[in-house]
Amino acid sequence: MTKGATRPAWWVGAAALLAVLPWVPGLQSDFGRSLLSQMGIAAVFALSYNLLLGQTGLLSFGHAVYFGLGGYAAIHLLRAVNGGWPIPVPLVPLAGAAAGLGFGIVFGALTTRRGGTIFALITLGVGELVRAASLMLPSFFGGEEGVTASRTEAPRWLGLDFGSQLQVYYLIAAWLFVAAILIHAFMRTPVGRLCNAVRDNPERVEFVGYDPRRVRFIAFSVAAAFAGLAGGLHAINYEIVTGEAVGATRSGAVLLMVYIGGVHHFVGAVLGAAAITWLQVSLSDYTSAWLLYLGLIFMGMVAFVPGGLAGLAMIHLSALRTRAVAAIARSYLLALPFALATLAGAATLIEIAYRRSTQPEAGALMTLFWIPMDTAKPWPWIGAAGVLALGAAALARIRPRVAAAWERAAEEIHAHA
Amino acid sequence: MREIVVFSLLNGAVYGLLLFMLSSGLTLIFSMMGVLNFAHASVFMLGAYLSWQISRWIGFWPALVVAPLLCGLVGAAIERYGLARVHRLGHVAEILFTFGLAYVIGELVIMAWGRNPIENRVPASIDFAAFRIYGTSYPFYKVLMTMISVGMFAFLWLAFKRTRVGLVIQAALTHPRMVSALGHDVPRLFVLVFAIGSALAGLAGVIGGFALLTEPNMAAALGPIVFVVIVVGGLGSIPGAFIASMLIGVVQTFAVAVDYSLADFLRALGMGLPPGSALREMLAIKLSQAAPLIPYLLLVLMLIVRPRGLMGTRDT
Amino acid sequence: MPSALAAPRPEPAPVALELSGVHKSFGATPIIRGVSLAIPRGERHAIIGPNGAGKSTLFNLVSGRIAPTRGSIRLEGAEIAGEAPYRIARRGLSRSFQVTNIFPRLTVYENVRCGVLWPLGCGYDFLRRCDRLRDVAERAERVLGQIRLADRRDTLAGVLTYAEQRALEIGIAIAGDARVILLDEPTAGMSRHETENAVELIRSVTEGRTLVMVEHDMGVVFGLADRISVLVYGEIVASDAPARIRENEAVRAAYLGDADA
Repeated sequence: MTKGATRPAWWVGAAALLAVLPWVPGLQSDFGRSLLSQMGIAAVFALSYNLLLGQTGLLSFGHAVYFGLGGYAAIHLLRAVNGGWPIPVPLVPLAGAAAGLGFGIVFGALTTRRGGTIFALITLGVGELVRAASLMLPSFFGGEEGVTASRTEAPRWLGLDFGSQLQVYYLIAAWLFVAAILIHAFMRTPVGRLCNAVRDNPERVEFVGYDPRRVRFIAFSVAAAFAGLAGGLHAINYEIVTGEAVGATRSGAVLLMVYIGGVHHFVGAVLGAAAITWLQVSLSDYTSAWLLYLGLIFMGMVAFVPGGLAGLAMIHLSALRTRAVAAIARSYLLALPFALATLAGAATLIEIAYRRSTQPEAGALMTLFWIPMDTAKPWPWIGAAGVLALGAAALARIRPRVAAAWERAAEEIHAHA
Repeated sequence: MREIVVFSLLNGAVYGLLLFMLSSGLTLIFSMMGVLNFAHASVFMLGAYLSWQISRWIGFWPALVVAPLLCGLVGAAIERYGLARVHRLGHVAEILFTFGLAYVIGELVIMAWGRNPIENRVPASIDFAAFRIYGTSYPFYKVLMTMISVGMFAFLWLAFKRTRVGLVIQAALTHPRMVSALGHDVPRLFVLVFAIGSALAGLAGVIGGFALLTEPNMAAALGPIVFVVIVVGGLGSIPGAFIASMLIGVVQTFAVAVDYSLADFLRALGMGLPPGSALREMLAIKLSQAAPLIPYLLLVLMLIVRPRGLMGTRDT
Repeated sequence: MPSALAAPRPEPAPVALELSGVHKSFGATPIIRGVSLAIPRGERHAIIGPNGAGKSTLFNLVSGRIAPTRGSIRLEGAEIAGEAPYRIARRGLSRSFQVTNIFPRLTVYENVRCGVLWPLGCGYDFLRRCDRLRDVAERAERVLGQIRLADRRDTLAGVLTYAEQRALEIGIAIAGDARVILLDEPTAGMSRHETENAVELIRSVTEGRTLVMVEHDMGVVFGLADRISVLVYGEIVASDAPARIRENEAVRAAYLGDADA
């Protein structure tokens, strides 16, 4: 399990990492620090979702409701602070947490009576309900333009005015650290252990004297509180909250983050948050097909890598200690060029198709993978399809070698276990 | 006044039937395989786009047959090459797989046809008035929609209850290993079920593409409502889905026609409005504006009053 | 004045579990047709019968998984028919399952600990760390020793062998303070050797408690039980000491005559 994480050394290391990140070359710009801030917010959100899905087995399609409502509560508080309330900015996210908790309790009482598939559908419905309502109540939700506030027009706190992105980052990082410790601690309490039990076998939980509905309700409310906290951080970071903060897209995004990162591991949530945030920010600059790639990656992970990135990392770490690691590395090296070729071929086809259908005004000429091509002619299509086919065929031949190497590794691991 | 009522009823019934066409296919797949197919509305959208494309090549009536068949093939492929690997990972994994698939199908549609809505006009062969009421003509394509969905209901009922295949599939749902031991090819059955469900969604798409705007956001707009329908009707119940679809269809259509708000109602009673801008705002919302909320309010109401839905049978 | 503050503990009822006229029908199909049984405190009671007789259904009725169509079920004098399983469990009844029903992604230790939390008063506590609770840890370790899985303490329950999982199954059931324990085919699927171990285990952990057991293995039944009830088609056809059951003609005809233990 996550026994390693209980050692204080890990927490100290994590704190040090958080402190050092904005000074890493490449991340020192405002853009880099803004990216880190976004990752931090996503990480808090993802941790709250991991509590829900990974620890308690509750699949929610509407978790953004609590994120968004928390964000709105926080931004309204921030407006009040702009108007003179003497609340320091670092405490504003608590309003988000409180709102998240409150709404979590109210909606949770309704939604956690059932688990499994029905629960998932109910969260979808509640999410749509809140999203639709957000368009109808402009005084709280601000209509199309959302609600704005300023994080600098506030009483200074320890001399900081939170004008710079660096200060905002540290605020977010601090709250991320606190949230991580609290959630981790929560999982070690009796209720936390029961969450895991309810995830594994809700029926048996009843026979040891606990009502699984009550356990789910508590987990839901706590998760909603931390989602609201993330929303509050979002409000401070962007100084604006709009209706998409409660929307289905954001709910879908956190689900992707947690699942791709690794739903069974605490660390997976943070990994997934960082990875998906980075993809969202950078990939969308390069290609208009990034959502397609993301969807395909997600489907691939669900079907073939259910442990997510964290699970993948752990498997490889344990394989490192075996003697078969050399064989695995060799097979990977062999497969690498063909995997790249397959991906490049597929990506080319996708990009060309997207260009033709979504940006016809940009013309037929494109440069992909440093090769200029005229998409009006058939050659790019044929070439890309050919590369894809050859790459896929080669991978199919190499696959048995990879599988064999892993089998040897697995034998060694089991022999030592 | 009577005009509004009659037209709202007719249009509401048509919308309700559209919802039923979608939710029945979804219920079919869910009842028989336990999989909640998030990509169902996406296949519906695919059906609309495909029928438009095929109509342009070979005309509407052939498209009415070919597009659903293609959607059925797509469904078969999804199950055979994708979902089949995911079944052993549990229901959550299945839902997530179809969730990702919904995104992917949506993007593929954009890749093929662009981000803008397409001009999916009612083809000339069915663009005539079926009958006239109160001086306004009622389009034939809506009558066609009604006929198709009634046919769908009949087909499903027969398939479920009367055919041998239907019985086998029902058995395979709860006891797949036993059914397999009896010699039936369970994976093949699942492919068949998924194909039929997807074909039904595609068929709904052919007709629904005229009633709604054919654009890449179609699936996301209609999908959640279909899920509300099956929860309100009761998971796994086709009659329940029918009742819930009609209920939501008619009520929502009626609501759109009502340009009054609770504030108007209070004023009519001679009562003043309470102070507080948020409350005032809520009361001033016209029913026509609040119409999109109605399915979800119904969902919440149903959860409080009768959590297993109107005619719920299957429980996960 | 301590003696006035400490209320005297009421003497536990002499009859631990009593079923009166319990009926259960699924739709139009009656499964349990009027079962009446009184099991005194501390007795080891076995329920046997052919497949389909309704033994598991009876357990489900008593433990609250399903509610009887009519009839009364009393646990130490208190009516529990139709109550939710978790409420019945809190009153001091626990059960194991025929199909292993453990927590596969928790370790063996944590599995057992789950059975300990409520009886030791943890409730829905989210403020204290579970592994700091001394009494919880002690009890869990003790049970772990009793079911002889102490060396598998940190293994995930899902990867245990079948016999180990059956032992864990029993372990979760007995971990708390349950005074009445229902074991549903505890030795199903076990080899001769494993069965002997299981019988020894059951005998030791149910010392001083009331045990109701459904079993098919006649060796286990006759070795452990103080009294045996025979359930056929939802009715008790005989309920007596093992020796007399063995000689009962009706029972022989209905059941023992065909099976050879």
